[in-house]
Amino acid sequence: MRDVPGLPSRRTFLKASAASAAIAGIAAVPAKAEQKPEPVALTEYKPDCLKPSEWAFVMAAVARLIPSDGEGPGAIEARVPVFIDKQLAGDYGRAADWYMQGPHDAAASPLRGWQTPLNPLQIYQKAIPFFDEWCKTTHGKIFAELDAETQDKALTSLQKDEMKIAPELREFFTILLANTKEGYFADPMYGGNHGMEAWKYIGFPGARGSYKEWVLKHNKPYPLGPVSISGERA
Amino acid sequence: MARTEKKKDVVIVGLGWTGSILGMELAQDGLEIVALERGHDQNTVPNFQYPNMIDELKYGVRLGMMQKPHNSTVTIRRDVNETALPYRSLGSFLPGIGVGGAGTHWNGLNWRPQLSEYRLRSHVEERWGAGIIPEDMHLQDYPVTYDELEPFFDRFEHVAGISGMAGNVKGKIIEGGNPFEAPRSREYPMPAMPTTWDGAKFAEAAKAAGCHPFPSPGGIASQAYVNEYGMQMGPCNHCGFCERYGCYNYSKSSPQTAILDALKRKPNFEYRTEADVLRVEMAADGKTATGVTYYDYKTGEEVFQPADLVILAAYQLHNVHLMLLSGIGKPYDPATGEGTTGRSYAYQMNGGYTLFFKDEHFNPFIGTGANGMSIDDFGMDNIDFGREGFIGGAYWRSGQTNGQPIRSMSLPKGSPSWGAGWKEAVGEWYGHSMSIGSHGSHMSYRGNFLDLDPTYKDPLGRPLMRMTFNWNPNDIRMTQFMKSKMEPIAQSMNPTSMQEGFKKEGAMYDVRPYQTTHNVGGSVMGADPKTSAVNRYLQAWDKHNIFVLGAGAFPQNTQYNPTGMVGGLAYWAAHAIRTDYLRNPRPLV
Ligand SMILES: Cc1cc2nc3c(=O)[nH]c(=O)nc-3n(C[C@H](O)[C@H](O)[C@H](O)COP(=O)(O)OP(=O)(O)OC[C@H]3O[C@@H](n4cnc5c(N)ncnc54)[C@H](O)[C@@H]3O)c2cc1C
Ligand code: SF4
Repeated sequence: MRDVPGLPSRRTFLKASAASAAIAGIAAVPAKAEQKPEPVALTEYKPDCLKPSEWAFVMAAVARLIPSDGEGPGAIEARVPVFIDKQLAGDYGRAADWYMQGPHDAAASPLRGWQTPLNPLQIYQKAIPFFDEWCKTTHGKIFAELDAETQDKALTSLQKDEMKIAPELREFFTILLANTKEGYFADPMYGGNHGMEAWKYIGFPGARGSYKEWVLKHNKPYPLGPVSISGERA
Repeated sequence: MARTEKKKDVVIVGLGWTGSILGMELAQDGLEIVALERGHDQNTVPNFQYPNMIDELKYGVRLGMMQKPHNSTVTIRRDVNETALPYRSLGSFLPGIGVGGAGTHWNGLNWRPQLSEYRLRSHVEERWGAGIIPEDMHLQDYPVTYDELEPFFDRFEHVAGISGMAGNVKGKIIEGGNPFEAPRSREYPMPAMPTTWDGAKFAEAAKAAGCHPFPSPGGIASQAYVNEYGMQMGPCNHCGFCERYGCYNYSKSSPQTAILDALKRKPNFEYRTEADVLRVEMAADGKTATGVTYYDYKTGEEVFQPADLVILAAYQLHNVHLMLLSGIGKPYDPATGEGTTGRSYAYQMNGGYTLFFKDEHFNPFIGTGANGMSIDDFGMDNIDFGREGFIGGAYWRSGQTNGQPIRSMSLPKGSPSWGAGWKEAVGEWYGHSMSIGSHGSHMSYRGNFLDLDPTYKDPLGRPLMRMTFNWNPNDIRMTQFMKSKMEPIAQSMNPTSMQEGFKKEGAMYDVRPYQTTHNVGGSVMGADPKTSAVNRYLQAWDKHNIFVLGAGAFPQNTQYNPTGMVGGLAYWAAHAIRTDYLRNPRPLV
C-alpha cells in the first residue's frame, strides 16, 4: 500500500505496531513485559460498583467457574472479579445501549431475548442476595462460605434454575458465566486476563493481527506469544 | 422548532454501501446532493486504527460498531397471534450505524445469485409445475434479467475490489473456479485469496466426493488495487478481526476504501452526520415527495431538507420503516394479502458441522471475513425441487474468520460449560477445530412481514417497526437436505469427533444467537404493483421521485450473502436515473 498524504506512513505504522515482529519474520524473542507496577491485590481492591457482599460472591463464584487448579490460570489469577466490577460500573452494567422501555414481559420465552426490566448490574444486585439466601436454606451458609464442592453443587442448581428464580432474574447465571469468560479472555486493559495468561494458555496471539506469511503454513503451530493492545508482550 | 435547509437536487438517506454508490454516481452529473447519515462520521484513520480496533470485547462482544437498540430497534413476534416484544439487545442481526453503515464491518463475501434465482417462480413452474409451490409461499421472479444486470454486477465488483477465481467467463468454464456461477463478462478484479488449512482440507474432501471447490470470493484485497474512482486498497494481513470490525489496513472493501474519499472531494456533494431521518414529506397531490424531515442531534431540532429526488439507502429494515412512517406504498395486510410495503420479509437459513481434530493445528486467529473454500454443487440451479420436496439451495464454505476466544471457542459436545472440565477443554481444543457452513436461501411467505408496532416507540417518537417472522417447513427441509449431503463429506475427513448445527422441524426463531445481517424483502421489486412496492428500477410505484435501494428489493432471499446483488442493483438503478429519469422525471414503468 502506498503512503497516503496526511496519513501516518505505512512504515511508521508498522514500526508502531506490535505486530511488526511477525511481519518482519523475526524469531520469537521472549521479551518480558515492560515492568508494570503489580496491580493491587484482589483482597485490597476497592470495587467501583459492587458492595462488599457482592464482591465476596463474585470472588467466590468465578473461582469455581474457572478454578485455579490444573493447567492454565484460574479466574482469580486472571483478575476476573476486577473486570466484572468495571463492566458492571460502565455502559454494559447500565444497559446503556439497549432498548429498556416498557412494557416488559420478563416471563416470555427465552428465545425472545432480554426482556427483563432490569439491567445487568441490577440483576447482580438482586440475584446475589436471593441466591445467598437459597444457599443458606439449602446448604446452611451463604455461597462464599460454602466449601468448593458444595459451591459447585449450588452453581449447578442455579444453572438448572432449581430454585425457580424470578423471571426478571432469569439471566443471572447466563451473564455471570458470560462475564467471567469475557474477563478471562478480553484484552488486559479491561482489568482481567492478567499478564495475558489466558491467551498464553490456549495459544491466542492477542492483538498481533498480522499473519500474511502464515496463511499457507498449514497445520504448523504458530510460534509467537501474545501482545496486548497497550503493547504488553508475553 | 423546525429549520428548513436550502433545497438540493437529491437527498440520500443513509451513507452506507448503497448511499455511497448513489452519491458517487449522481454526483457525476453535477447534481447538488446531500447525504444524511444518522450516525457519526468515521474513517480508516482515525476510527479503525491499529491496535485499538483489534479489541474483541469492545467491537466483537459489546458491538461497538452497530446500531444501538436504545435509539433504533424493531419488535419481533413469531406469528400474528403473539405480542411482539422489542429486540432489546442485539443478537440475531446487527445493523450498522455511522458513515459506511454495515459496509464497514461486514465479512466481504461477495456473490451474484445463480441463474434460476432471478426467475424463480418461472423456473419452478416450467420444470415442476405450480403444484409444488406451498400455498402460503410468495414466490416471485425479479422484474429484471441476469443479462440486464451483468454489467452492473461487474461494475460493483470492480469498484468494491473483489478477489476471486472466475469459474465461468462468457460461458467458458474455468477449472478451479465456480462452474455453477452465472456467466461473467470478465475475471474478478483481483486473484483469489489464499486459504487457511480448514479450507484446504474441506476442498480436498469435497473434490474427492465429486464436488467442485473454489476459493470464496470476497471484498478482501489479495494485492494492491486502484479502482475507477482512484481509491486504493492494500493487500490483506489476514488479521482475524474482520467481521464486526473496521479494517485498519485499507484491505477490506467498504464505502471508506472504495468510494467515500473520492466522493467527498466532489464540490456538489455534501454529507451531514447525526442527521436521523424521521420521514419523507409528500406533495399535496400525494404523487411525489418534497424532501425529508430529519432530527439533527447536533442542534436538537427538526430540519426539513427539500429535494427533487429522494434516495432511501438506510439499510433494508430502515428503508421499509421509513416507507411505513411516510406512507410510501400501501402497508401489507396478511389477512387480505393486500398492500405491498412490508410484504415478503425473508432471512437466511444456515447450518453446519464443526469438526474436531486432536492433532491438527488450524491457527484460527489467521482469517479474513471471506476466507476459505466454497462449493456450489448444492446450489439452486442443481437441485431437483420436485424430487427433494423443497424450493431452495445453499452454498457451503469452510474458512475461519477469526480465533477471538470469547466468541469463537468451539468445544466438543459434552464438554462442561464451566469449572475444571471447561478450563481443560479450552486448553485442549482451542485451535483444533474447523467448521463447514451451509448458507441457504429463505423463501418469503404470507405470514412473514413488517409493519408498525402499536405499542413501542423510539426516543424520537417513531413507532418501532414490527417484524413478524418464523421459520417455515420448506426451508427446514432445505437445510436438512444439506445436512444429509454434508455429513458423509465431513465424516470422510476422519475428525476425532464432529457435531452438527442444523435447524430441525418445528424450530422457532430465536433472536439471541447471531445468524446473519441478511434481512431482505419488505420493499420488493416486481413487475406488478399488487405484489411489489417498487418497479424494476427500484422506483416507488406510487411516488416517482423516491427510489428504494438495498436488499428490501429481493422478492425472496437468495442462497448467497446479499451485498453483491445489493451493489449490482444500486448501479442498475443509478444508471436508470442518470440516463432516463433525470431527463424526464416520471414513473419509469
Ligand atoms: C456483521 C455483518 C457481516 C456481514 N457480512 C456480509 C457478507 O459477508 N456478505 C454480504 O454480502 N453482506 C454482508 N453483510 C450485509 C451487508 O453489510 C449489507 O448488505 C450492506 O451493508 C447493505 O448496504 P446498505 O447500503 O443497504 O446499508 P448499510 O451499508 O448498512 O448503510 C445504511 C446506512 O443508513 C443509515 N441510516 C439508517 N436509518 C437512517 C435514518 N433514518 N436516517 C439517516 N440514516 C439512516 C445507517 O446508519 C447506515 O449507515 C454483513 C452485515 C453484518 C452486520
Ligand atoms: S482480515 Fe484483512 S481485510 Fe479483514 S480487517 Fe483484517 S486486514 Fe482488513
